[in-house]
Amino acid sequence: MSQIENTAPADPAPIPFEPLKQTNSVVTEATWVRWLLIAIGVAFLSLFLMLPLLSVFVEALRKGFGPFFDAFSDSDTIAAIKLTLLAAAIAVPLNLVFGLCAAWAITKFEFRGKQLLITLIDLPFSVSPVVAGLIYVLIFGAQGWAQPWFGDHVGKVLFAVPGIVLATIFVTFPFIARELIPLMQEQGTEDEQAALSLGATGWQTFTRVTLPNIKWGLLYGVLLCNARAMGEFGAVSVVSGHIRGLTNTMPLHIEILYNEYEFVAAFAVASLLAMLAMVTLAAKSFLEWRYADQLAASRRH
Amino acid sequence: MSATATLPARRPTKRAIPGLGPTLGFSLFYLGLIVLIPLAGVFFKASGLGVSGIWHVITSERVLAALRLSFGAALIAALINVVFGSIVAWVFVRYDFVGKRLFDAFIDLPFALPTAVAGIALTALYSPNGWIGSLVEPLGIKIAYTPLGVIVAMTFIGLPFIVRTVEPVLREVDRDLEEAAATLGAWRWQTVVRVIAPAVFPSVVTGFALAFARAVGEYGSVIFIAGNFPLVSEIAPLLIIIKLEEFDYQGATAVAATMLVISFVLLLIVNLLQAWVRKRS
Amino acid sequence: MNVRPLLSRLIRPALAAVLAGTAAVGHADLLNVSYDPTRELYKAVNAEFSADWKAKSGKGTRIQTSHGGSGKQARSVIDGLEADVVTLALAYDIDSIAERAKLLPTNWQQRLPNNSSPYTSTIVFLVRKGNPKNIKDWDDLIKPGIAVITPNPKTSGGARWNYLAAWGYALRKYGNDPAKAEAFVAKLFKNVPVLDTGARGSTTTFVQRGLGDVLIAWENEAFLSVEELGPDKFDIVAPPLSILAEPPVALVDVNVDKHGTRKEAEAYLQYLYTPAAQKLIARNFYRPYRPENADPADLARFPKIELFKLNDVFGSWAKVQATHFADGGVLDRILAK
Repeated sequence: MSQIENTAPADPAPIPFEPLKQTNSVVTEATWVRWLLIAIGVAFLSLFLMLPLLSVFVEALRKGFGPFFDAFSDSDTIAAIKLTLLAAAIAVPLNLVFGLCAAWAITKFEFRGKQLLITLIDLPFSVSPVVAGLIYVLIFGAQGWAQPWFGDHVGKVLFAVPGIVLATIFVTFPFIARELIPLMQEQGTEDEQAALSLGATGWQTFTRVTLPNIKWGLLYGVLLCNARAMGEFGAVSVVSGHIRGLTNTMPLHIEILYNEYEFVAAFAVASLLAMLAMVTLAAKSFLEWRYADQLAASRRH
Repeated sequence: MSATATLPARRPTKRAIPGLGPTLGFSLFYLGLIVLIPLAGVFFKASGLGVSGIWHVITSERVLAALRLSFGAALIAALINVVFGSIVAWVFVRYDFVGKRLFDAFIDLPFALPTAVAGIALTALYSPNGWIGSLVEPLGIKIAYTPLGVIVAMTFIGLPFIVRTVEPVLREVDRDLEEAAATLGAWRWQTVVRVIAPAVFPSVVTGFALAFARAVGEYGSVIFIAGNFPLVSEIAPLLIIIKLEEFDYQGATAVAATMLVISFVLLLIVNLLQAWVRKRS
Repeated sequence: MNVRPLLSRLIRPALAAVLAGTAAVGHADLLNVSYDPTRELYKAVNAEFSADWKAKSGKGTRIQTSHGGSGKQARSVIDGLEADVVTLALAYDIDSIAERAKLLPTNWQQRLPNNSSPYTSTIVFLVRKGNPKNIKDWDDLIKPGIAVITPNPKTSGGARWNYLAAWGYALRKYGNDPAKAEAFVAKLFKNVPVLDTGARGSTTTFVQRGLGDVLIAWENEAFLSVEELGPDKFDIVAPPLSILAEPPVALVDVNVDKHGTRKEAEAYLQYLYTPAAQKLIARNFYRPYRPENADPADLARFPKIELFKLNDVFGSWAKVQATHFADGGVLDRILAK
């Protein structure tokens, strides 16, 4: 993704391209093409994204705001919300540390088997949630390999909170690393080398040079990781045991409510989950807007 | 290698930058603990069947049909996402229109929405009495409870992968080059095909691979909309569940291991392809 | 960038919460692992039992419940979900727990009255209001153009009862000829447009999505959907012949001894046979073991159906499982057609 910039003369003078886009027809498309593309994009998003989401909110508010808010006063719902936040609060920081380490090792160094390592990092994306749950059953189940020792020395894993946290870590494993690797690959190592040659320690280089360079990608990866951590259903469903108020996360609780014909409550909790995601995304949009200059600068880098 | 030749400073050297040991060490440790050891369990369990046993399981007509559906529908869904996701990314980066920020903020929601909710919402929309299903039903098209429904659900969950990998790269494409191409007499579409497309191609491939991989294993949203008929609309993860219901853990892990191997090989090919493209340019 | 204090501030409460969560699971007074349609029933029973037990023993009990597909729930218990009692859709699932995990003796079904079934149910039809397709009996389900909704017997306990009810009817109709019965059931499944994974899923498909002319369902499930989702939209049709479904309950010995909850668990299961619970059972649309204790008005709702027993027609659950539902069994043959 960086080859264009690499082959271009070093540090091209910043060209104010906003006006160009409006006036110069050679770097943009005919008006009708533009409108056609916008129409296609919007139609596609509406059909596959907005309508399903809209229907969630329509269902949640079918009986007005009263029942909608009532849904959140139920103690089981509150317990589910807490458990979901807890699982995300553990899974995201762990995957954050991993993502930084993996991206650093992969992008700053050359070694054999790098593509293999990247592929292994991608692997949890392709593992069916059903299988992700199953692996923990095989290991920590009553007939599992690790359970005899684990059960005696550490405690319950499966059908308890640790199992849910493990499953969440697994399914959100690649997100941050995956977001950082292409970004850091493109940024190269000149900045770090400059800092090091000026006498900075490795840690200083990382916190003062690398981190500021990658903070947007990092933030973005954290947001995605967090959204996915809170929304995971399949894998958690296998390891949870579905005990009301104890091992139900929000997605599982939504399924339970739906199965109890509590449609409004089910969609209310679902819309809360959607809104949690939207809050983080709104925060991202706000930061992007607030620090637009910095962002542009770091991107031009 | 041309990049390193023109810009020697970019060559990563072990001596200059510290931290390979600890970061790679931790990465491998964590990868092993969270991903590799648990997944090895799948292969270990399946190996109890022996090679011929596994072969027998995965070549049964029903398993083959399910694998074909899961991989085929995931492929189609990922291709749909490549086309439309790229258009969406293009529109987001290059044009301004009312509601753009709103759409932009919603793109990631398929990650956040529990798959079961997505499944229920999509089924409600695309079933014969739903908002969309009722529109296409008179045309004789059935979406929910057919393989088409599987594709719809997989398209939904894979969309963010394409948009979010293509968008940042597209943003970085140098306008100077487009300018240059134009001044050299290139038509607009030539510029798009010869200048922009090669630049974003690797990211499209990444997005495709991720969306595809994610869709192959998808369960929660698909079972609601699929119809779940053997040989027709039964996805491979459902077959795993069915085998588990029969306490056939080995058969279940045999199917799971097969899916894993195929996905892994596909992802590896894509990643190697990308590394090759990067080196070549 | 002061990372360390922040991290420790985040991680410590998280760890504490994890440990607390684990502890809470261990000390839950009773865990009842049940199948899907019993949610409403056990909500009611648990409240009354807790009050009753408090009055008798002076101790409070908290009853946790977990609901899901019967087979999946059984598997969870086998894999280590520490249920004190299991209340599942069919005896085979509890047999599996006894055989595979040895958590209770294999003769568990003899420990409580009526084959350990404090309530029974049967399989009926739910149709659209006014019964526009005029569905009266099993024969009507195999007519061309009738869309039948039933879950997948591979993943749903209720669907196995549906399947066996149809099979039992066909055996009677064709003079116990299994080949003809198989053809009958195969024809029925030809009319099924979607196989949901669970009973509630099928109900949703039929009721919310408007798909199908008839839903084959648990009697209690059919009544509940009519009550919850619109008495003006659906009718219950009782076929003249159906199966006696016996959802059993059992104490999980190993788990109660581990938790020290044997007394409470035994009392809980015994309580299901008391007049108070039998009344609740009938109110929640299950057929009570002792109808004399139920409200006559509740009983009057149940249609008169001739019910055959699984053991009389099929021998045992183990046999049924091996011939019909196992990999490569009759069901696989039917569905692959």
